[in-house]
Amino acid sequence: MSHSHEPVARLIGTIKNYGALRALDGVDLMLHRGELLALLGPNGAGKSTAIGLLLGLTRADAGKAELFGRDPQNLEARRRIGVMLQSATLPATLHVGELLRLTASYYPSPRSLAESASLAGIGDLLKRPYAKLSGGQQRRVQFAMALCGRPELLFLDEPTVGMDIDARQALWAAIRRLVGEGCSVVLTTHYLEEAEALADRVCVLARGRVISEGSVDALRARVALKRVRCVTTLAPELLATWPEVSEVRQEGERVWLATAEAESLVRRLLAGDASLRELEVQRAGLAEAFTELTRDAGNEDILQREAA
Amino acid sequence: MNATTQSLAVETSSTRMSTARLIGAYLEEIRSECVRYLRAPSFLLPTLLFPTVFYLMFGIFLGKANGPDAPRFFLAAYSTFGVMAPGLFGFGVSLAIERDGGLLLLKRALPMPPAAYLFGKMVMALLSASAIVALLLGMALVLAHVPLTFAQATATFFTSVLGVLPFCAMGLFVGSLIKGQGAPGVINLIYLPMAFLSGLWFPLTILPGFLQQLGPVWPSYHLNQLALNAVGLGQEGTWIHVGVLAIYTAVFIALAARRLRRHG
Repeated sequence: MSHSHEPVARLIGTIKNYGALRALDGVDLMLHRGELLALLGPNGAGKSTAIGLLLGLTRADAGKAELFGRDPQNLEARRRIGVMLQSATLPATLHVGELLRLTASYYPSPRSLAESASLAGIGDLLKRPYAKLSGGQQRRVQFAMALCGRPELLFLDEPTVGMDIDARQALWAAIRRLVGEGCSVVLTTHYLEEAEALADRVCVLARGRVISEGSVDALRARVALKRVRCVTTLAPELLATWPEVSEVRQEGERVWLATAEAESLVRRLLAGDASLRELEVQRAGLAEAFTELTRDAGNEDILQREAA
Repeated sequence: MNATTQSLAVETSSTRMSTARLIGAYLEEIRSECVRYLRAPSFLLPTLLFPTVFYLMFGIFLGKANGPDAPRFFLAAYSTFGVMAPGLFGFGVSLAIERDGGLLLLKRALPMPPAAYLFGKMVMALLSASAIVALLLGMALVLAHVPLTFAQATATFFTSVLGVLPFCAMGLFVGSLIKGQGAPGVINLIYLPMAFLSGLWFPLTILPGFLQQLGPVWPSYHLNQLALNAVGLGQEGTWIHVGVLAIYTAVFIALAARRLRRHG
């Protein structure tokens, strides 16, 4: 009965060490049908390791990785996934159409060449040698290769790196369309607006641990930060010493402040500078939430080390 | 309940590959592997030119000075020298580069039938070896007028073409040890000394005794003995060399498989 609620991909208490380095430290992760999960985290947080486990590229030292309830190294499980890795040097002399045909041949009932090409917006590139394409075009070809097998689950590792704004928007539209058709997606990205635009659920990794998991809104709400921007004569060095201020940045002539107590900060600002202008107060975006979360994780770690 | 059984049935049918599609995946992999190298003259030209030009110079023009059998002797030697390259470079260099560039990782993540990858490279190596040996045989018959019987020519062709396989295995092992653009240099450091020490450029008898005794250590020595048998200059048995080459092949494949499983 509950078959359709079965997770399409799952990590259960996975631990993975590379020598003395613990890349994953007891990570649990679950992905359901038709869901887009964004995996965020600073470099070295364990994102690639988590994906490597789900793809069957490496084995967990403890815990378990599952694709459609099976071992990810099982070929039948992998016939239901599509993959776009962060960097892959594809054969330079092969034409785009040949690369797509080759990849499609691995799958039991792939999309037609024309369908894959039009979904990824590379219909005009099929006859071109891969090496002659721009970086953004190569990424789109890799995206076409990821979706050509009619996968139920797509792994997209930093898919829009090197793309211009138009190409990025087109790729987002294609991803939304695939999700609309019931495809699940695991996305890793450095662009937080990408996660904000696409993800149902965001999972933040830091130092091999899941430090936050939930919807984009829930993640933002977890961080009570607001941003305050204004043009003021008060020196940023002075503002940084105020207890209400958690972060100060100068952006051109404006000052950018992050705070948990926007009301009292604004009151103090206005009292301190009668000439203050262009005041703006905003709820923090995913970017600030993310910085705050990963910094907390860092501090915690430092505290633990100090305590030890 | 009904819905569950139905959806399960749909799933199994969507993940099971028909035999025809599975064969298709192998053929596509072979085709891609051949096409990509046929379009890359930097791989193909040296592998074809080195043995043929060397044979022309040392086997045919200068060879006659070394006696009437020299073109025949060097046909065997340069066939061996020639087919070593597509095996060592085709597997070793491409594996080293594809491990470095992430292509192998992508293919392992994709549902590619694992053996298709090796099959594609093996067919490419066999085809390159065929082209090399066919050229050398043509030169021997037409330019040097080596009196080969049809049986000798056929035996030379198949011995050398199949002789590429131990070097594929050796290349596979070396490619599993090294990564990246340095691979051609490393392979050359194995390829050229091994050819020299196996007596492919000069008869082993002119080398110091200690190096002569080292000859049978190298797989190329054994392939050369088989090639010499094929052209009609053999002195020793056949099966011992076939056996040694088979053992080399098996050992290198096992070592490479172990290494790739552990380190990817």
